[in-house]
Formats: sequence, structure tokens, C-alpha cells
Amino acid sequence: MASKVAITANDYISAQLIIDKHMSETLFEKIWDSHVVGPGNESEQGPSLLYIDRHLIHEVTSPQAFAGLRAIGRTVRRPELTFATMDHNVPTDNRSLPIVDPISSLQIHRLEQNCKDFGITLFDVNSPDQGIVHIIAPELGITLPGTTIVCGDSHTSTHGAFGTIAFGIGTSEVEHVLATQCLWMDKPKTFAINIVGSPRNPRAVTAKDVILSLIRQIGTSGATSTVIEYRGETISKFSMEERMTICNMSIEAGARAGLIAPDRTTFEYIRGRRYAPQGEQFEKMVEFWEENLTTDPNAQFDESFILNVDHLAPQVSWGTNPSMVVDVTETIPFPADFAKGSENERKAAFRALDYMALEPGTPIVEIPIDRVFIGSCTNSRLGDLLEASIIAKGRKVSPNVRAMVVPGSQQVKREAERLGLDKIFKAAGFEWRESGCSMCLGMNPDILAPGERCASTSNRNFEGRQGTGGKTHLVSPVMAAAAAIEGHFVDIRDWL
Amino acid sequence: MEPIRIIKSKATPLDMANIDTDQIIPKQFLKLIQKTGYGKYLFYDWRFDKNGKLKPNFVLNDPKYQGREILVTRDNFGSGSSREHAVWALEDYGFKAIIAPSFADIFYSNCFKNGILPIKLNASDVEYLIRDADDEEIKIDLAVQEVLVAHKILHFQIDESRKKKLLEGLDDIDITLNMESQIAEYEKKKSTSDHMIFTWKIR
Repeated sequence: MASKVAITANDYISAQLIIDKHMSETLFEKIWDSHVVGPGNESEQGPSLLYIDRHLIHEVTSPQAFAGLRAIGRTVRRPELTFATMDHNVPTDNRSLPIVDPISSLQIHRLEQNCKDFGITLFDVNSPDQGIVHIIAPELGITLPGTTIVCGDSHTSTHGAFGTIAFGIGTSEVEHVLATQCLWMDKPKTFAINIVGSPRNPRAVTAKDVILSLIRQIGTSGATSTVIEYRGETISKFSMEERMTICNMSIEAGARAGLIAPDRTTFEYIRGRRYAPQGEQFEKMVEFWEENLTTDPNAQFDESFILNVDHLAPQVSWGTNPSMVVDVTETIPFPADFAKGSENERKAAFRALDYMALEPGTPIVEIPIDRVFIGSCTNSRLGDLLEASIIAKGRKVSPNVRAMVVPGSQQVKREAERLGLDKIFKAAGFEWRESGCSMCLGMNPDILAPGERCASTSNRNFEGRQGTGGKTHLVSPVMAAAAAIEGHFVDIRDWL
Repeated sequence: MEPIRIIKSKATPLDMANIDTDQIIPKQFLKLIQKTGYGKYLFYDWRFDKNGKLKPNFVLNDPKYQGREILVTRDNFGSGSSREHAVWALEDYGFKAIIAPSFADIFYSNCFKNGILPIKLNASDVEYLIRDADDEEIKIDLAVQEVLVAHKILHFQIDESRKKKLLEGLDDIDITLNMESQIAEYEKKKSTSDHMIFTWKIR
């Protein structure tokens, strides 16, 4: 029975509010909302059950998850949405030899068995597609805009470069995703970081310098419980590789994830990749992505920050967390200057200087280096290696330095070799390795000896990260390559 | 998972901010394939010298702090790597609660999956616990969200659903599997929606 109901002014206002709300959402909110399975009401309180589109696993954080499933006789709900590789503890020297470390070998064989038993696609150590999980998923077109991706690895934030909600999870959550294809999550807050300006010398001042500078300013917990959306002209001009470097280190600022709205650069990167939509389907998806995956002009973020990179210098970390960073032209800071009045920060700076065996006031360019590592999910893509090779070309690694280049994936390695980069590096005295996480975290044999000091393109300079007693300085690939040549840091702007 | 209601113990003060999971459990101990037995590796490089001998100046090695079930520490505890081994090590060592002004997100979430109660108190309450309450017996009552110490009652906030799971020792996966009809409905909706077709049918 139809009833006549007069539309009141209040109804009109309510309707308008709903339209306004719909028209003023952030990119993050749009993707989040389209993945909420339950609990079924619009409650802002408590965690939501989120649907997971793609699940990536590796050998280190997955064995206990599968063991949990087996113990109760559970199955994997959607095995076709999970992809596996071996990256953390695989050796990067001769792949034709068996793995020497029996415990690493057990983890690797356990992953093989688990993938076989549960029907999961595995890119194993001999696969032409093997590599660091965060390098291969974008390469293979597994990472797509507007989706949710999780992995038992904090640097899953990398995939946010594609306009993807991507975040790291613990092993219990890996088990949960395998069993249910869903995950309980508190809705993070939104954080707009506008990056504006252009470095005067973009060859010398890279995406790595931009993200290190940002973490220096907002701190290692500056973005805790938020999803960052990186915005602005600087980001728009960046390639996908550079955007991945930025999003990769979002976790070092404490963020749950980092996100960049997809654009033509994103779509062209994805086009033709193996697991991405093809042909007409792809064009249809692009239309959808373009129309939907943007932050509305009047959307509100919970927090915002502007970083101007016009005058940015190459960055070098001096301490034991990724906010302890200075310009290459600066000196090692005094704890009181670094702490800005915070007693905890002052104590942390003292401790860091003691661990790093550095004296306040020492110019960065006078710090001698023993080891150089060019690799990791932050900086081991083709562009990174290409830029570093330009520095290495026709020069020689300092006799005091042992330097290593570890491509992020077998695909990167092949492309680099096609361009002859391996020959350039080897001629200069760099070791040219197989792909994997390698010395970023030193789970495989690639580690620093106690006391060794390393210029590293990785993401964490924590105590002992690259080997017990090892000292890590985070830098860009070109800065690392130049440090290898000179045996100490140099201002790479003088070379490029 | 064992339910948590009341925790009674003195606290071990770890007076440092930004302690990352690489310190809680260094990478060389991540190669095991089980969840148990990590307690002996907790804070390994801070507890042991290169010959495997105890370092006398680290707080966990102080005889006074042995057997305590509450760890009190500073901001941003558990930052960095997602490794759940960090929580397994704290749990296996004997800690049942961790009190700090703030935690890193992944670590915080991992605690709840393993029956460890992470409690956020404001910085001045944490300062009090570290500086002045070293020898005080602490009682944590999760149901009423209180930390009782030397006639003080310190309230803490915790998400209701997380609290319930700890109090009742509930398993997340069981809860989610009970939502099967909602998950199936979501999957159905997605599989028929035009722009979702591809993300749905991957192979």
C-alpha cells in the first residue's frame, strides 16, 4: 500500500548530508568501505572484518600459520588469492648449490610442502620469477589498484604505491587470512602528506631522500595508526619505482600503510603484466580506476603535513632508527640538539652515538665505510641499479670497502644484465648477486661482522639489523655507490 | 588461548623509547617453524655478550627482576618488523602484560592473538611506574580496565571486542568462521559486480 509522506526540510538536509559525505571521501575510505564484510552495521566503533583480495606469503612468517591450520584440520578458503615466494633467508650466491644452513633449508622446504598441500602458487628459489615479495608482486601484476593486500611483512606498505590498501600482519593474522580470506582491522585514521617542490638535481636527490627526510621530520611514530596518502606534484612526477620507495618506508614512520592515488603512470606500469587484467578487460578496469580511485576535492583528513623538497639535500642516517637522519652536508648532531628538550630522545641519541661509535660534530663526509649494500625492497629495482651503475661506471670500489649489489628479483636481475649493468658493477669491484632480502636483515649468510660500518640502501638502521654489532647508515642507491668508490660518504650532487 | 582476567606481579622497568622488534628478537632466531621456545632469545643482543654470557647491566639480568610478569616501557614499543616471534618471545619468557604510553600497530595487534595484554597508560603514569613503583605489587584487572598500584588506580582504555576476546580466551578464526554467511554474501556480491570481476577471478 502506497502511503503519502511529505518530504520535510529535515529529510532534505539529511539526504544532502549523505550526498555530501559520499562526495567527500578520501581514497582510503573508498577502498576500505568497499571491502568491509561486517559486522554489518555502520558503527564507527571497534574493528571491521575486511575482505582481503591478495595475500602474499614467504618462508619466515608462514610456517606457524600453516601448522595452526593443520592442527585443527582447517583449509585455505581461496588458495588462488595467495602467492608465495622465498626471499628472506635464501642465499644470494650460487643457486645451484644446496642451502648450507639446515634451519633455513627446513623453512624453505616447509613452504614448498605447504604450498603443494594447500594449492598455493609458489615462486620458488629456482623460479625465473623469484624475488623479494614486494618486488615481484607488482612486477607480476598481482598488485592492483583499489584492492586490499596483506603479507606477514611490515614492508607490505610498498604496494600502496598502486592505490592499494596494503599492510603488514603477524603470523596469527596470516593464518586467519588463509582460513577466512578476511581480517579484523580497526579503521585507521587518514593522514595527508603533501610533497611539493622539485629537488634542483633529481638524479642526486631521490625518492629515498624524500622519504628519509619526511621520517626525520615526523618521527618513527609520527604516523602511527594512520594510513598516509602521499599527494602533490612531486609524487605525480615520480615513477612507479620511486613511488614504491616512498610507500615502502611508510612503516618506518609508524603508519599502517601508505597510499598514492593511481594515475596514467600506474596504469601504464600495470598494462600487460601477467596477473593483471588484459586487453578490453584492462581498459574497462582503467576506466573504473580513474573514475573511482581518487580523494574527493573536499574530503577531510584526520591529519596533514606538507613537505617541501625544493632545497632537499641527499640524506644519511647516523643513528639507530630511521628518524635519526641528517643532510650529507651536516655533521653528527649533539644529543641535546637532536632531542629538542625531550629527555627520552636525548638518552636515545646518546645510546645511538655510542652504538654507532660516532662523535658529535663529525662531518658526515668524513665517516669511513667498510661495506656497501645496494638492495632490499626499498631500493633494488631496475631504476635503482641503473642509477647506481652510472656512479660505478669506469670507477673502482675503494680497497677498504666490500660492496654488494643484490637485485630485488630474478626479473630485475635479467633486465639489468640485458643492459650490461652486471658488467659495469663487476668491473668496478662490486659483487653481483642473486635476488633476495639479503643484507637488509641478514637472515641469510649476507651479514655485517661486529663493528663493520655499512652504507645501505635498505630501510632499517636498528641495532644489529644487518648483523650483530653492525652499524648501518641508510642512503639512496647513488649515495651508496659513491661511498663504495670513495670509502666514505660524498655529496653526490658534486658528481651528478 | 587461556583467558586473562587478573594479573598480579611487580613490574620490570625497561626505560627506553622506540624499542623495535629486531631488539625484542633478533633475526637469527626467526628460522624456526614452531611458535614455542623463543623466551631464551628475548632481547638476545642486550642480554648476552658475544660469548653467550649474561650482560650484568641489562635490566632483565638483574636478580631483582626475575619472575616478574609485567613489563613497563616507553613510547612506540614494538616498532619495525611485523615478526610475531617478538610476542612469542615475551610470552614464553613469562610476561603477561606490557605497559607503555604507545605501541606500534602490528605489535599491538599481535599481542592480543597470543594472550598478552598491552596496556596504554599516559606518559606520567608510566613515568611513575618506572621511577617510583619499582618495588610495588601491581594488580591489573582487565574486566574493569584498571591498574592498581600502591593505593593508586590507573584506568586504561581498550577496545571492547578485544577485551572480550582476552577475557574469554576466544579464537579469532572461530569467530570469523561463524560469519560464513556474511563472507559468502560479500563474495557473491563481488563476483557479480562488473568492475570487480577481474580481481575476483584470478586464475
